[in-house]
Amino acid sequence: MNTPTEVSRQWPLYEVFVRARGGLDHKHVGSLHAADATMAIDHARDLYTRRQEGVSIWVVPSKDITASDPAESDSLFEPARDKIYRHPTFYEIPDEVKTL
Amino acid sequence: MNELFRYVLRLGDLSLILGQRLGEWVGHAPALEEDLGLANIALDLVGQARLLLTYAGELEGRGRSEDDIAFLREHGEYLNAILAEQPNGDFGQSIVRQVLIDAFQLELYERMTSSTDERLAAFAAKSVKEVRYHLRYSGGWLVRLGDGTEESHARVQSALDRLWPYTVELFAEDDLDRLMADRGVAPRLSEVQAAWSARIDEILTAATLSRPKDRPHSWHGKRGQHSEHLGYILAEMQHLQRAYPGARW
Repeated sequence: MNTPTEVSRQWPLYEVFVRARGGLDHKHVGSLHAADATMAIDHARDLYTRRQEGVSIWVVPSKDITASDPAESDSLFEPARDKIYRHPTFYEIPDEVKTL
Repeated sequence: MNELFRYVLRLGDLSLILGQRLGEWVGHAPALEEDLGLANIALDLVGQARLLLTYAGELEGRGRSEDDIAFLREHGEYLNAILAEQPNGDFGQSIVRQVLIDAFQLELYERMTSSTDERLAAFAAKSVKEVRYHLRYSGGWLVRLGDGTEESHARVQSALDRLWPYTVELFAEDDLDRLMADRGVAPRLSEVQAAWSARIDEILTAATLSRPKDRPHSWHGKRGQHSEHLGYILAEMQHLQRAYPGARW
C-alpha cells in the first residue's frame, strides 16, 4: 500500500516562493514534493495560495539552492557585529527632507 | 420556468455528484500534495453546485433551499449525466473521468458567459476560471500517466475505454437542451461537442492514448435514470441530513 509520504518521497523537493501582492517581494513560504516544475506550481497553488495568499509563485528545485555552512557562521556573520557605522542612523537628515 | 429549473439541476447535479466522488479521495490520494489538489477541485465543484441549486430552488418557487435540493431528493430526481457517478477506480481512472468532464464544463461555461439568462451568465463567468484550472491539473496528469510507464499507460487507456461510452450522453441533445439553446440560455451541444472533441484529441495525442470509438448509448442520467452507483453515493451524502433533519455546521 502506498502512503502519501512514500510516493511523495520519490519526487524531488521544491522550495516555494510566493508574492503576496504586486510590488512586494517573493517570500519563501515552504517546500513540497512534485515530479516536475509544472506540477510543483500546481501543488504550490493548492498548498500555499488557497486562502488568497498570493498573486505569483516561484518554485526552485531544493537541490539547486546553495546554502551557507552553519559551521562558518562565526567568520561569515560575526565580523559585521561591531560595524554599527554601516547603519544609516549615523546620517543627519536635513530638515527640508520630510518624507524619508 | 419549469424547464429552466430542470436544466439548472442538470448543471448543478453534474458538479455536485462529481464533487462528492472526488471528495472520496480525501485521505487516500497517492501523495499528500494530490490529496489537497483533489480536495480543492472537489470544493470548487461543490461551490458551483451550491450556486446552481440555490438558483434552482428560486426558480422552482416552493421555498426549497440548496440543502433541501442537494440532500433530500430521491434517486430519480438527480439529473447529472452518469459519467459523473462512475466509481473512482484507481487514480488514473479518476483522472480520466475528470479530464472528460472538465473539458466539457470548460467548453460549456465559456459559451454560457453570454447566456440570455443573467444568473447563468454570471455563474459561468465565475466558474470558468475554476474549471480552466481543473483541466490544467487533470490534463497534466493524464499526459504524465499516458506518456509515463508501460503500466500507467495501460491503466489510463483501459480507464478511457471503460468511461468513453458515457461521454456520448453529455452531448446527446434532447428537447430540454434544444429549448435552452433556442432561448439562448445555453450553447448548442453540437457546438460544445466539436470544441470538446478537438480539445480532448489534443490531450490524448500528448498522452499517447488512442481515442475510443463512439457507440450508441442507452444512458439517461440527464432524465433521472441512473446506474446503481448513484444509490451508494446518495446513501453516504444524504445520511446526515436524513438522520438529523436540518442539521447545520
